[in-house]
Amino acid sequence: MASLKELSALPEVLAPGHRLCAGCGAPIVVRMITRAAKGPLVVANATGCLEVSTTIYPYTSWNTPWIHTAFENAAATASGVEAAYHALKRRGKVDKDINIVVFGGDGGTYDIGFQSLSGAMERNHKLVYVCYDNGAYMNTGIQRSSATPKGANTTTSPVGKVSYGKRENRKDLTEIMAAHNIPYAAQVSPSHWNDLYQKAEKAFAANGAAFINAFAPCPRGWRHDTKDTIEICRLAVDTCFWPLYEVVDGKYRVTYKPREKKPVTEFLKAQGRFSHLFQPGNEEVLEAIQKEVDRKWEELLKLEELSNS
Amino acid sequence: MALETKQVAMTGNEAVANAIKQINPDVIAAYPITPQTDIVQYYSSFVADGQVDTQMVTVESEHSAMSATIGASAAGARAMTATSSQGLALMHEMLHIASGFRLPIVMPVVNRAVSAPINIHCDHSDTMAALTTGWLQIYSENAQEAYDNVIQAMRIAEDPRVRLPVMVCYDGFITSHAVENLFLLPDETVKQFVGEYNPKHTLFDFDSPVTFGPLVLPDYFSEIKAQEADAMRAAKEVILEIAEEFAKISGRKYGYYEGYHLEDAERVIVVLSSTAGTAKEVVDELRAQGEKVGLMKPRVIRPFPAEEFVKALSGAKVVAVMDRAETFSTQGGQLFTELRAAFYEAPTKPLMRNYIFGLGGRDTTTAEIRRVFEDLKKDQERGSVDRKVTHLDVRV
Ligand SMILES: Cc1ncc(C[n+]2csc(CCOP(=O)(O)OP(=O)(O)O)c2C)c(N)n1
Ligand code: SF4
Ligand SMILES: [Mg+2]
Repeated sequence: MASLKELSALPEVLAPGHRLCAGCGAPIVVRMITRAAKGPLVVANATGCLEVSTTIYPYTSWNTPWIHTAFENAAATASGVEAAYHALKRRGKVDKDINIVVFGGDGGTYDIGFQSLSGAMERNHKLVYVCYDNGAYMNTGIQRSSATPKGANTTTSPVGKVSYGKRENRKDLTEIMAAHNIPYAAQVSPSHWNDLYQKAEKAFAANGAAFINAFAPCPRGWRHDTKDTIEICRLAVDTCFWPLYEVVDGKYRVTYKPREKKPVTEFLKAQGRFSHLFQPGNEEVLEAIQKEVDRKWEELLKLEELSNS
Repeated sequence: MALETKQVAMTGNEAVANAIKQINPDVIAAYPITPQTDIVQYYSSFVADGQVDTQMVTVESEHSAMSATIGASAAGARAMTATSSQGLALMHEMLHIASGFRLPIVMPVVNRAVSAPINIHCDHSDTMAALTTGWLQIYSENAQEAYDNVIQAMRIAEDPRVRLPVMVCYDGFITSHAVENLFLLPDETVKQFVGEYNPKHTLFDFDSPVTFGPLVLPDYFSEIKAQEADAMRAAKEVILEIAEEFAKISGRKYGYYEGYHLEDAERVIVVLSSTAGTAKEVVDELRAQGEKVGLMKPRVIRPFPAEEFVKALSGAKVVAVMDRAETFSTQGGQLFTELRAAFYEAPTKPLMRNYIFGLGGRDTTTAEIRRVFEDLKKDQERGSVDRKVTHLDVRV
């Protein structure tokens, strides 16, 4: 286990000076994940906040080879990079062992990029796909995605006289990725940096495709103070809204079990996007959210038990 | 030196699969669609039998096929794919990105009508819709030309003056599935001809890492697009240089177009791909009767060799441009409007009319071609065309 001091001394792939907002979760995820790659690293990026804010021509924040082609196809683009790697290695044109990591937002991963991600995972390309999940299309101005939590106020699921925000529960993408029977799938949060780093190491070491779903607050879209990013991550984990777990060759392991599971309202009330839920009349919505969190958490514990028995 | 060639009987798709086999690209990412499917199947067998060492990515869609091909090409691999119709439409977004990245990808496109109504047969609506994507487009009359064009396309695309992707188009079923006699070059000759691909910048250059596909705002975007247009302009001379080199190894000559009895022709049909073969029959027939008719078969339409086309047609009195795709502008097909525009500065202009023909695989026989020449004759006598745009052989 590396100390924070050791980790901070590792080479930086994402240089400072990029244009992501203060307090943005995405660059924290990137800097933590990329530290775990041993040796040369190629980054593929889907269109989204991370991509537009780090590569404004003629500048780039990336100290490592990086490619962005479009929004829905980062996994397919990276599949081609991985194929090229095998071909060129076989023909003696590349000698190093390399790592490939993909970063896509939740829109580029859960929604428009879902098919290309599924394809790349099924083909088991040796790459690490990281979704930085900020629960909406932030780059285009906070529109709902299938990762947006129930009750969230977004510009396409706005709160109104007859609307409490997004009506549907989130898609559980980590489960869907685990169902691809890939060597490694995990969920991480920047608040638990050591857990995150260890999972990233395992993902890079996996013998094939790996998927990491990373919680990545967006102070602008979630309406919280920029200084509270890590605190909100912690609340998401402690309320079991965002459980930390991994699935290795089909075996589930919940890597962090809160000693005391906090009510989900602690997580919700810290963010402006849920503030309307605390107005009279929305009690049922809060209840439904809590019920769903409980159900999913119990299910996860059962999966852990079953898959290890 | 006698040229070494091997005569074989093959379908167009088999010939193209063999051209790709001889190129032996580093990466192929492809998805099946009629009438392109055989190429993917043949190539999968080549890989399965160890006849090539290409890394093949059997992607889940054409959008991903082009995305993976782009990823591989940016990584420094010689990368190819192939498609038709809906597949080309699905990858449309990525076509712009391949050319915007200046990647030398070669893609055979087996022409097929685009839905709706759904139809698996030949017309050119797929590639005509891709004319503004920054790809070169080379059309082939038959299996031999498709084979030859794929091999030449690799060199054209990778030429440092060009560095643009190339589509090699040929007609679905008519060329892709019919068995023809053709000549294959020896493997070693093709290998020598295409040479090694060693790009300057790749994703695997860890010493000077490159950012591929950054956000470019109004301060630089125009320059990047202007450079792309310059490369397309430069491709013109490269196409001829490569054709000349290719003639040395094959004995077969290529240019921007093929003229058939064009020199003294007064009435000329301009048509792409396999229909040109049918038109040649009719030209022979009418020539035997003393009629001054001819044919121009464009081979390259991106870049559009406007001056050369105008020159080739400068002696004609009446020209029928036959387009195998609608534009719905109501002003005629793409080839027609571009060719007409090319004549804007010309001191003398032939009368020009347009036929939209052969949609969704409607067979265009010598009878229809004869009818077109009859129309041209009447136009010539009248001194004007009676109809600018005609849907040929359509029930009314
Ligand atoms: C095909 C296509 N559709 C829509 C867009 C517009 N678009 C760009 S980024 C984006 C949202 C990105 O959301 P997400 O993936 O969650 O990343 P974030 O911006 O939240 O980091 C959208 C809708 C696009 N670039 N391409
Ligand atoms: S809008 Fe949100 S996701 Fe985008 S840069 Fe700002 S904080 Fe990050
Ligand atoms: Mg998002």
